[in-house]
Amino acid sequence: MLPTNESADDAPADNLPADKAPPEHVSTSSDSSPRAPSPNGRANAAEDSAPTSPPEAPTDPAMDPKLNIQDLHFWYGDNHALQGIHMDIQPNKVTALIGPSGCGKSTLLRCLNRMNELIEGTTMEGTVLVDGQDIYASNTDPVMVRRRVGMVFQKPNPFPKTIYKNVTWGAEINGYDGDLDALVERSLRQAALWSEVKDRLHTSALDLSGGQQQRLCIARTLAVEPDVVLMDEPASALDPIATSKVEETITELKQDYTIVIVTHNMQQASRISDETAFLYMGRLVEMNPTDQLFTRPEKDRTEAYVTGRFG
Amino acid sequence: MELSPNGSFNLRRLHRKRVGLALAGVLFLATIFGIVVLVTLLVDVVVTSVPWLDGQFIASLPSRNPGEAGIQSALIGSLWLMGLTALISVPLGVASALYLEEYARDGWFLRLIQVNIANLAGVPSVVYGILGLALFVRFAALSNSLLAGALTLSLLILPIIIISTQEALRSIPSGIRESAYALGATRWQVIYSHVLPMAAPGIMTGVILALSRAIGETAPLILVGALTFVPFVPQGALDQFTALPIQIFNWTARPQDEFRGLAAAAIVVLMILLFTMNLTAILLRNYFESRRAGA
Amino acid sequence: MSAPSSPPTTDEATRPARSANDLRKQVYNSPKERAIKYLLGACALVSVLTTLGIAAVLIVESIPFFQSVSFAEFFGETRWTPQFTEKYFGIWALLSGTLLVTVISAVVALPVGLASAIFISEYASTWVRKVLKPGLELLAGVPTVVYGYFALTFVTPLLQTLIPGLGVYNALSGGIVVGIMIIPMVASLSEDALRAVPDSLGGAAYALGATKYEAVVRVKVPAAFGGIMASFILAVSRAIGETMIVTLAAGATPKMTLDPRESIQAMTAFIVQVSKGDTPQGTIEYQSIFAVGLVLFLITLAMNVLANRITRRYQEQY
Repeated sequence: MLPTNESADDAPADNLPADKAPPEHVSTSSDSSPRAPSPNGRANAAEDSAPTSPPEAPTDPAMDPKLNIQDLHFWYGDNHALQGIHMDIQPNKVTALIGPSGCGKSTLLRCLNRMNELIEGTTMEGTVLVDGQDIYASNTDPVMVRRRVGMVFQKPNPFPKTIYKNVTWGAEINGYDGDLDALVERSLRQAALWSEVKDRLHTSALDLSGGQQQRLCIARTLAVEPDVVLMDEPASALDPIATSKVEETITELKQDYTIVIVTHNMQQASRISDETAFLYMGRLVEMNPTDQLFTRPEKDRTEAYVTGRFG
Repeated sequence: MELSPNGSFNLRRLHRKRVGLALAGVLFLATIFGIVVLVTLLVDVVVTSVPWLDGQFIASLPSRNPGEAGIQSALIGSLWLMGLTALISVPLGVASALYLEEYARDGWFLRLIQVNIANLAGVPSVVYGILGLALFVRFAALSNSLLAGALTLSLLILPIIIISTQEALRSIPSGIRESAYALGATRWQVIYSHVLPMAAPGIMTGVILALSRAIGETAPLILVGALTFVPFVPQGALDQFTALPIQIFNWTARPQDEFRGLAAAAIVVLMILLFTMNLTAILLRNYFESRRAGA
Repeated sequence: MSAPSSPPTTDEATRPARSANDLRKQVYNSPKERAIKYLLGACALVSVLTTLGIAAVLIVESIPFFQSVSFAEFFGETRWTPQFTEKYFGIWALLSGTLLVTVISAVVALPVGLASAIFISEYASTWVRKVLKPGLELLAGVPTVVYGYFALTFVTPLLQTLIPGLGVYNALSGGIVVGIMIIPMVASLSEDALRAVPDSLGGAAYALGATKYEAVVRVKVPAAFGGIMASFILAVSRAIGETMIVTLAAGATPKMTLDPRESIQAMTAFIVQVSKGDTPQGTIEYQSIFAVGLVLFLITLAMNVLANRITRRYQEQY
């Protein structure tokens, strides 16, 4: 269904721009099933992950976590930014990290795909497991980690290339040998950008609006087929309309991906996340299902923060 | 203790205003002094060169007879030098800058190299000439060839290329690198696909300016033995050579007025070459700056 | 989208599990990546080797010279007469020529360059700056041999009409033109220093009722003092190493003098004179250029190190 470009995208429902119209929803979710048969050279994907896959278990805490963080410490020089974080992040959920500025939430996010080690003068201790594999093990390659745990940044930063090239670049460097047109269409559909850009795929990505650029960055990240998508305040540089489009996109993506999102905006956290973790001064204060954390927080400090009494 | 400074203010507004105006005038005069000198120099050279500058001058070999002398061998020698110098110094300089900006970890080694490059940029060109003489002409037995001259000029402009390339690399937003890494790129993939293409205009500007410095250098070429009288056009990198600045120097140093005229004519040719290069660099910079701002 | 806690379980169940692709495949640190890193690092080493090469050549090649000429003579004698039968090698004769030219050039370039910097950074409107800056850049791009021509064929005759009896070769003409040559350097480096001063400092001065010149001269210029000093030192160092202007215009007669009207010989001019002539290798005259080069290198190096140190210190300040 994907390789042919003219099939579904001219359907009237799609012309309602950017809305989570039901047809698009269906097409997005069905995108995930043809992934294995799609010509991407990963035919035996299913067998590989049999032991660690989260198959039909209902979403309860007993299920194997996608990400498992144990006693994570992080220093910028002498500044002890993360002070022993323990956290489990469940698959196919949106987990929000909230907390006041400087609490370490972005640092924590960047520890999850080894982006922090690109900054000089930093030290890390502790363990981060993805599907039970230690991403900081000495024989683990950061490139392999990052293509499995993708990241979307605060400021939309498309490459100064065409829209098409932006999506394909990551796949190409990772040796993707499938149909690039199909990959571009699928990724852009998943990021709810396809209908807006399908006629100008070969124009510069810099001509897109801020919100479109950010969804392009999401599509670019999805094109390398990660398991986990980290988002560092992905909507903070956007206007309200663009923000709501990005939020809709995130909500749809959790069917296929595990999403960890850092946000300043508590309304946003409550709208889109399933689990919320509240960090304060480099420590995890509380992590609970989002409704519970916002309505019945366990800790006084959490309550103070979510009710706006500090921060 | 009670403080009661019973002073009054004497603003002297008129006086202060006059001093300010006078200062602005002096500053302005000082600033245009340089421009006036530049214009004087150019006018003087062009006027002196007029009787000598013609097609025959460009196409002729040097001669003892001023009326028949030309700059063909010097012009071609200079173009050879520029080409060889670019081939040697650009890859070396860009690679050095890439290492320093994209690979090297902060530490004593990086600081040592940086300080070293900053200081190399201030070493007099005649000292590079001495290095070239000992290292390339004699030790490497390249004799007084184009290659020896180009190697010497390459070392001379290497710091300029490294510094300007580093600036171009630094001007690339770090978000581009980060997002490329986040897609699972290796360092070289990030550099090759994003960093180098984005820095290319800045690097090119720096390279052109560095080469225009090289093409005007005289002293190092005298040291490595560029000849003053070359009645032939060099055919290869190991040939003996002369260059425009050498020819200018040689003609200027002669007492006869005819040779001064020849020198002026050769200066005009050299300056046209240089202005073309500088203009290209400035236009390149402006074009890409405006394009970046518009994006 | 307001019901985040209801998972689409059917999709979950049918979705094929993703590959647990091996995290241990070595890409980031592959042999190719490492080879590139080392190749680039080797290129970066060339600049270090250049410095070592300069130092080694100057020292090694100076040894034969100092075996025949004592340090006492080199640093104590005031005559430099390598081509005479009675040879003296007193560096002061050349050094004083260099210093005379340098002082004259500093007198021209430092005030004019600083004034240009102040004017361009504080007074000039945007379009004036757009004309002046490229003009100064072009001035900086003029080859030194062209300046030498200008000194000999334009400035010297001009000076001869003002100063009767002035010879064709004199320190004054060379010094003035060297000064003109380094104006752009002083101007652009001092301008950088002035720009590095935070605007708030000038704003604070205005808020206290200062006029423009008071804000500029009393507040901004002193605040940029370190950077301006560094620009002066770098420019003077450049003047010391300048070769073609002094070779063409200042003469070839080494002597200790303070009279700018005299013909002198700078260190650089001596090096050029020996190497362009037919001085045979192995003669003491030929060897002496390495000793002179060593002195020149050490002086300029010391000044560059000093200037870079000052620059770094004042950059940390803001």
